[in-house]
Amino acid sequence: MIRTTPFHPRLSELDTQRLYTHWQGHLSPRRYTHAPKHEYFAVRNSVGVFDTSPLYKYRVTGPDAERLLATALVRDVRRCRPGQAQYTAWCDERGFVRQDGVVLRHAPDDFLLTAARPCLSWFAAVGEGMRVLVEDVSDAWAMLAVQGPRSRAVLSSLAQETTGLAFFDHAPVTVAGAAVTLSRTGYTGDLGYELLVPADDALDVLDAVLEAGRGHGLRPFGEDALSVLRIEAGLVLVDVEWTDSRLAQTDTERVTPTELGLGWMLGGKDAVHETDRAFVGWEAIRRELREGTTRWRTTGVVVDWQHWDELHRGAGLLPPVVEHPHPYESVLYDAEGEHEVGYTTSFVWSPVLQKHVGLARVRPDLAAPGTPLRQEMALSHHNTSVRVTTTRLPFFAPERKTS
Amino acid sequence: MTVSTGPTHDWDALVVGGGHNGLTHAAYLAKAGLRTLVLEKNELVGGAAITEELRPGFSFTTFSYALSLLRPEIIQELDLVSHGFLPLMMPSSFHPTGDGDYLLLGDDHGQNVQEIRRHSPHDADAYDRYHHDLDQVCRAVQPLFDNIPPDVFGTDPEDQADVAWLLEHLGSVDRRVLHDTVRLLTGSASDWLEDYFEHEAVAGFHASSSIIGSKVGPMSPGSGLVLLFHKLGEHDRHLGSWAFHKGGNGGFTQVLARAATAYGAEIRLGAQVSAVLVDGETATGVVLADGTELRAPVVVSALDPRRTFTELVDPVTLPGDLVDSVRRMRFRGVSAKVNFALDGLPVFPALPDTDDHFGGFLNIGPTIEYVERAFDAAKYGWYSERPFIDAAVQSVVDPDMAPPGKHVMSCFVQYAPYELRGSTWDAEREAFGDRAQAVLESHFPGFGDLVLQREVVTPLDIEQRTGLTEGNIFAGEFLAPQMYFFRPAPGWSQYRTPLRGYYQCGSGTHPGGCVIGSPGRLASHQVLRDLAR
Repeated sequence: MIRTTPFHPRLSELDTQRLYTHWQGHLSPRRYTHAPKHEYFAVRNSVGVFDTSPLYKYRVTGPDAERLLATALVRDVRRCRPGQAQYTAWCDERGFVRQDGVVLRHAPDDFLLTAARPCLSWFAAVGEGMRVLVEDVSDAWAMLAVQGPRSRAVLSSLAQETTGLAFFDHAPVTVAGAAVTLSRTGYTGDLGYELLVPADDALDVLDAVLEAGRGHGLRPFGEDALSVLRIEAGLVLVDVEWTDSRLAQTDTERVTPTELGLGWMLGGKDAVHETDRAFVGWEAIRRELREGTTRWRTTGVVVDWQHWDELHRGAGLLPPVVEHPHPYESVLYDAEGEHEVGYTTSFVWSPVLQKHVGLARVRPDLAAPGTPLRQEMALSHHNTSVRVTTTRLPFFAPERKTS
Repeated sequence: MTVSTGPTHDWDALVVGGGHNGLTHAAYLAKAGLRTLVLEKNELVGGAAITEELRPGFSFTTFSYALSLLRPEIIQELDLVSHGFLPLMMPSSFHPTGDGDYLLLGDDHGQNVQEIRRHSPHDADAYDRYHHDLDQVCRAVQPLFDNIPPDVFGTDPEDQADVAWLLEHLGSVDRRVLHDTVRLLTGSASDWLEDYFEHEAVAGFHASSSIIGSKVGPMSPGSGLVLLFHKLGEHDRHLGSWAFHKGGNGGFTQVLARAATAYGAEIRLGAQVSAVLVDGETATGVVLADGTELRAPVVVSALDPRRTFTELVDPVTLPGDLVDSVRRMRFRGVSAKVNFALDGLPVFPALPDTDDHFGGFLNIGPTIEYVERAFDAAKYGWYSERPFIDAAVQSVVDPDMAPPGKHVMSCFVQYAPYELRGSTWDAEREAFGDRAQAVLESHFPGFGDLVLQREVVTPLDIEQRTGLTEGNIFAGEFLAPQMYFFRPAPGWSQYRTPLRGYYQCGSGTHPGGCVIGSPGRLASHQVLRDLAR
């Protein structure tokens, strides 16, 4: 039986399309109007709201809560002070990435972890013997992302604390009489916030946000818009960029944090070698870095627009733009088109950048920004390849995101 | 690229006019390494693509108001995104049908077909055929659009090769498509649309782009060409699709100015050029209204052909047939703007609870007959009793254009002939504004109560403020004998002039007008090629 989120009764009233994906067993709108790009521009130019309630939420409490998370997570949660949050990941014993998520620290012994996929029993197993309680509180909390350049103006009219919130900070606030956790987080690469709302208060809080957004061009956005926003932001997505190592069949499906572009979570090479913190997968990761066995680097690729046009015109076609991310990966070749050197996992036209961009994984020796490569492309029932260039991620990172 | 410049030269190139083509041209020249100076008479660059805050918090797109034709290669080659290029999607097109009902088209093809079928089952599949056929014509003419027109009068091998290329291309076009192309280039939009649509309002909606900026009605031969031209726009590669630039088209020309400056061009505001300096048959610089003389081996006019050939230089020094052609060139502006600051969103009675229909153009001209009747008055030197209006509530797409809850509404209004019979625009300005407002009132009851401020921009205002002759927004009408290798005059379609070192890059050259940038870009190719010789 498909479920709906606590915001659904109101958001469905604003949904003229009734076009949903099934996101972790919940209805999740693909788009609210006929024009997902318009919703996309709400986030890039004014403000949009996204119902992110289907995320799993785990509360981790007790004297050993920090110890558990420091053991389970790749990033050092001990550096996360109460009132801060971290984007993080967790690995298996072999140093391959399982999942990613955001951890919010409420108090020294009180955390909330969000995850895209269920992971309670695994955390419980890691915490075996520790004085810690891990609870699935997914249904107790609704979660609303409020994203875009005007998100601060809209939310600060509801909660003054918004103004002082730094990137990845969070604070307890009261919105529409409800106790809400407001965090400066999101999945769009723009200025934005997320509200964790007690499920029973969801509609009151949503109504307050919609009302505050009047005159600011606020509109709900769906997964179609999000799928473009997150690629521009260089944010990876499980089951698209990689497979949970625990569920993968072969190592070719698995990636290490370094291969996934999350090497920065390790806190620098020295930290990995000298740390007093033995997190799950740590030894394997240390070995990977010491022995240089990293197979891939994650990079951006940008399509050579002239070549794209030439290829299409040559086939008698008007050059199109790919407005919905390809639901498949594309093989990357060296500049000569002779050898396979990597693969693009997400590929789409970026309206703000006016380019086709892709998240890709390439051989480490070809990862330097500016490396010319080719990406396979089926055109008029023939396989050909289009010139691309590697580039730094993220593609889009406006100053307002962190300022 | 090396350019030989003597010590007498202050600059490598002077660009007269800082409209979007002048800026585009200057950016390309500067990018190629030329020391380039843009001379703009006004205190703001942009020409007819400017945004002005006429009321605190309300940004008006005084003249030009949306983007479509801008060629994609310019965005890439000038790296405009890094200078703030941001074309916001206009998600819908709204067409009141005149009987209280409407046609509301958006981004979902299937829903659009259903919306058309609601009015006419016959037109539901005609809609697909129509767009397919038009797209095929666009594909056929695009190569002509994006290249310097061949000099069909030229005799050297290069010209002959260009002509051969053109003939070969035309020979490669499917017979039916070529026939459609000629029908569009020579016929009326009304005739063309009749082959597809039976429903008056559906046809009326598709006819609206056939008269923009032109002294034609949808039943006049030549309106097909105007329709085709507008379909050639391809915002984000959707033919005929429009965008609204962040901050209006003035926001766009600021982006161009930043790009040009970043490449090293300099822009001088308040610098009216009174004449091009000529030595024998060579341009050597310009003289400003204040008497300042500036020297450069290249002088490029981004002004319209009338000014380029009969005002900036003494026409007596030019070939008689060229001057003759330019004097005979038709400008005849018929377009006006009526811009509003609004206290709230207008209400369309059939759609009381939504603003989805305000995301794009509001097309006020229900049927072909309505628009043709609006045109009738212009034939006899008067403005329309019930004008056609192409409106956009831009603050719905870009909330930064107006304070929260308030709005700006740009209305492009036709017909308003430049020359009035028996009166003047200074006398008729507000009466004309009242007529436009009355039409809006009839579709959006209570509209008048929302008006905080109204700005009426007549063809005379367009001419006086931007310099566009007779207020023609395209710097020369879109008439077949004024297009391609006849634009602006037979034999002078390759951006050169009879004077060595004097060039033209304005919208009056191929493939202008509209905010397209190609004249500026293609002219830069010509200038740089000549310098390399």
